[in-house]
Amino acid sequence: MDLNLDAPHSMGTTIIGVTYNGGVVLGADSRTSTGMYVANRASDKITQLTDNVYVCRSGSAADSQVVSDYVRYFLHQHTIQLGQPATVKVSANLIRMLAYNNKNMLQTGLIVGGWDKYEGGKIYGIPLGGTVVEQPFAIGGSGSSYLYGFFDQAWKENMTKEEAEQLVVKAVSLAIARDGASGGVVRTVIINSEGVTRNFYPGDKLQLWHEELEPQNSLLDILNATGPEPMAM
Amino acid sequence: MTFTIPIENGDSVKNAEADSQRTLYPYVTGTSIVAIKYKDGVLMASDMGGSYGSTLRYKNIERMKAIGKHSLLGASGEISDFQEILRYLDELVLNDSMWDDGNSLGPKEVHNYLTRVMYNRRNKFNPLWNTLVLGGVKNGETYLGMVSMIGVSFEDNHVATGFGNHLARPILRDEWHADLSFEDGVKLLEKCMRVLLYRDRSAINKLQIAKITEEGVTVSQPYSLKTFWEFKAFNNPTAGAEGSW
Repeated sequence: MDLNLDAPHSMGTTIIGVTYNGGVVLGADSRTSTGMYVANRASDKITQLTDNVYVCRSGSAADSQVVSDYVRYFLHQHTIQLGQPATVKVSANLIRMLAYNNKNMLQTGLIVGGWDKYEGGKIYGIPLGGTVVEQPFAIGGSGSSYLYGFFDQAWKENMTKEEAEQLVVKAVSLAIARDGASGGVVRTVIINSEGVTRNFYPGDKLQLWHEELEPQNSLLDILNATGPEPMAM
Repeated sequence: MTFTIPIENGDSVKNAEADSQRTLYPYVTGTSIVAIKYKDGVLMASDMGGSYGSTLRYKNIERMKAIGKHSLLGASGEISDFQEILRYLDELVLNDSMWDDGNSLGPKEVHNYLTRVMYNRRNKFNPLWNTLVLGGVKNGETYLGMVSMIGVSFEDNHVATGFGNHLARPILRDEWHADLSFEDGVKLLEKCMRVLLYRDRSAINKLQIAKITEEGVTVSQPYSLKTFWEFKAFNNPTAGAEGSW
């Protein structure tokens, strides 16, 4: 099989991290695929690193899990030594350390998001290769290709918590509509000074997009629902 | 310009040993850097883009950084490798400062250090995938040089990386002269950057110009250049020959 070594690998998943006025909202789809088969339709790709820092995982499930496991372990020790919660920046830098130094072997793109008392809500994108980029919002995974234009238009600074979460849910939902490697439910995690909130948006609670139809139990319901023939007296 | 040793299957796990010996390929890349010597020191320009293959993924990457008191480093190529080089230089500058001997690393020394690092990595077939531009002023002497990912290193009055090699160099060869004023220098760089904007697919219209003089380093705020599209020939190019371009 001829590999096109010049193009980056596309990765299953849609992951998003967005800052708002007071914290961050992380979002992801829930599909894990093995080739064409959906191995897990309800996975949780938003993983906890510390009480106040979470990471969205994309790419190889195994690679992203092992990297986040190591970083959780390092951060646990770091927190004990430091005597206070780890900062988002430190968490991002630990991920970067593993991602960069093992760049030949790892295939995972991560978005680190959290809240600490020094910098407030912060999002760090860590794509393939191990670059760290602090951003007001970050998108990743194969589904993100469909969201660059959307965010260019829809993103604004200083959103409220509700606006930010709605934006994230809308975006993941749009990506799921077009990306075969993304699907299932939309999970979000909101992190701010008050703590962490996990939310869950099943497919049927999401807005319908172009050429999507209202789900039904059966054709029979549709047929039975049709009233008398038109023009019947 | 590729150094990859082809492997039969792309399964990097099975070829883990072969992998740590073979070269990498870049993921997030920065495009051209253009730099010139001028009357008071060095002017350097770069855009703020980080491309991911053909996607213009990141639009706020600073690809020029001050090193110590006397130098300015610009990088094109893989951003993660540039970030790693900055870490090495941090350590270098820190150790230099710890001597507390009143001396500080000048651009010539930093350039030499980078050349050694890049060439050594190249020899191990594990390059840092960057082309670096190093400019600076120390004790009245202006210095401008560059190092490539294979360790080719030299100084000149004007340098350019990536697409800049092809598009900016000819302009600089024609129009650069010694003792350019700041204004003329900026205009010259902007002329190069505009051409790159028109003709380099990975260029974005958000750039910074950095200046280094005896006083120190200043990196400008990000800004955009106006572009010109009002050539009559652009208006209806296929009028005489439908179907052409």
